[in-house]
Amino acid sequence: MKDDIKEKEVILKIENLSIAYGEKLAVSRVNLGFRKNQVTAVIGPSGCGKSTLLRAINRMNEFNPIVKTEGNISCRGQNIYGSKVDPTDIRRTIGMVFQKPNPFPKSIFNNIIWGPKINGFLKDPDQVVETALKRAALWDEVKERLHDSALDLSGGQQQRLCIARAIAMNPEIILMDEPCSALDPKSTAHIEDLITELRSNYTIIIVTHNMQQAARISDETAFFYEGRLIEFGVTKMIFTKPNHKQTEDYITGRFG
Amino acid sequence: MTKAKWIDKTLEGFLILCVSMTALTTLSVVLILGKESLSFFSHVSIVDFLFGTRWEPLLEPQSFGVLPLVCGTFLIVMGAMVIALPAGLLIAAYLNEFASNRFRSVVKPVLEILAGIPTVVYGYFALTFITPQLKTVFPEMQVFNAASGAIVVGIMILPMIASLCDDGFRAVSTTIRDGAYALGARPYEVMTQIILPSAKSRVAAAVILAMSRAIGETMAVTLAAGATPKMTLNPLESIQTMTAYIVQVSLGDTPAGGIEYQTVFAVAALLFVMTLTMNLIGNHFIYKGR
Repeated sequence: MKDDIKEKEVILKIENLSIAYGEKLAVSRVNLGFRKNQVTAVIGPSGCGKSTLLRAINRMNEFNPIVKTEGNISCRGQNIYGSKVDPTDIRRTIGMVFQKPNPFPKSIFNNIIWGPKINGFLKDPDQVVETALKRAALWDEVKERLHDSALDLSGGQQQRLCIARAIAMNPEIILMDEPCSALDPKSTAHIEDLITELRSNYTIIIVTHNMQQAARISDETAFFYEGRLIEFGVTKMIFTKPNHKQTEDYITGRFG
Repeated sequence: MTKAKWIDKTLEGFLILCVSMTALTTLSVVLILGKESLSFFSHVSIVDFLFGTRWEPLLEPQSFGVLPLVCGTFLIVMGAMVIALPAGLLIAAYLNEFASNRFRSVVKPVLEILAGIPTVVYGYFALTFITPQLKTVFPEMQVFNAASGAIVVGIMILPMIASLCDDGFRAVSTTIRDGAYALGARPYEVMTQIILPSAKSRVAAAVILAMSRAIGETMAVTLAAGATPKMTLNPLESIQTMTAYIVQVSLGDTPAGGIEYQTVFAVAALLFVMTLTMNLIGNHFIYKGR
């Protein structure tokens, strides 16, 4: 299995990335590559910079004017932070699912078609909605009430709707920022199954503080501590034979 | 009783006194309005008052149809809203989604200063600046006119609308905003298609509370809009609002106790009911928006 993983193409490459909030360094000189059609988990204690790193990938940090980003992130060789690159274009190809389910106060149907619509590539709305909802394993539950408000769904359903919404954009990469932290165990299991299935079509980067979750669903794992990448490797290895003492201490629950 | 307990009790008593003062004031206003209006309505039928189209209580033959005053008020309020609502929404949208933090920190206090200018100053501003300007465009316009009053009331309620809408937009959670941007949306798309619909009940509240404020506005319209109760929708004519009528009688030499004097209470009661209703609806929308 280990060799399989190493053969897969690196689609997203982070080089020498440092991110600061004003004077405070949140991410420090990180080098990391994410492989295509794989789930990569980013773990580490609160405040280790993992969410900041994730939000750097689709340039969401830019809404906070005090954030300064240095270094390079490239997707298929194209520099995401290039001077001529429009962050809006980046966000179209790199989707994101957030910690708290955040459906728009619109119908289920309109939640899904909104992205394609504003970006001008919506051709067959019914088809887009059906495909996205099927991929997000939500179709059977909501097909009878597509025009009801998305806010009437349960938390777990809302989160799957948000995943469907990201899928409808046809992204290459989907970023997930602790997508299960606001959900109950049953919904969490549902989303985890879904993530495993989505791997065949998308590259998934998931930030999680739940180590069992990282162990269950990811192919590779990156462990962060105080803004630095401590260890990166095949998930099985990280969780059975970590190379660093800090990694071991964290995954065995000695701190975090 | 220990000393600490004694202080507690005294403080509590003082606070209850403060609370009851405001409650008592409201209550006595309602009582006096009610009592005087009742005695007014024993002379004039409430139907004639509410639906009559001629308001001439100080001239013979007397006529107590309040509609001309309501019409004047309506003209001012609508004119003010036509100016203040689009401008207020645009300001709020700009401050929220487009302006830099530094710009915002300059503009917000300026807006608040605008809200703090005494209304009598606005009245003189209307009379000595806006009206002459308008007259260059509409030479046939009367010196006292609804348009000038409406414009200046519009300027007065603008900060209120902008600020309430801004709060409403701000109350839309950042997670929803983030969700929209993460789908490759541009700020104007996020503003018009996500934030505005999410904040619609807060915007409705802003509109209604601002209208209520415009209805109750006194000094500016007394100075600028004239003292001619009239059923007209022509903003270039002189009109009289409900509040301006109350000022006119209160300042004039109408003897207290007569029916002419009681008209003030009847008009005030109607005004009170109107603004109270609008405030209740407005607050309901704010509550609903949370």
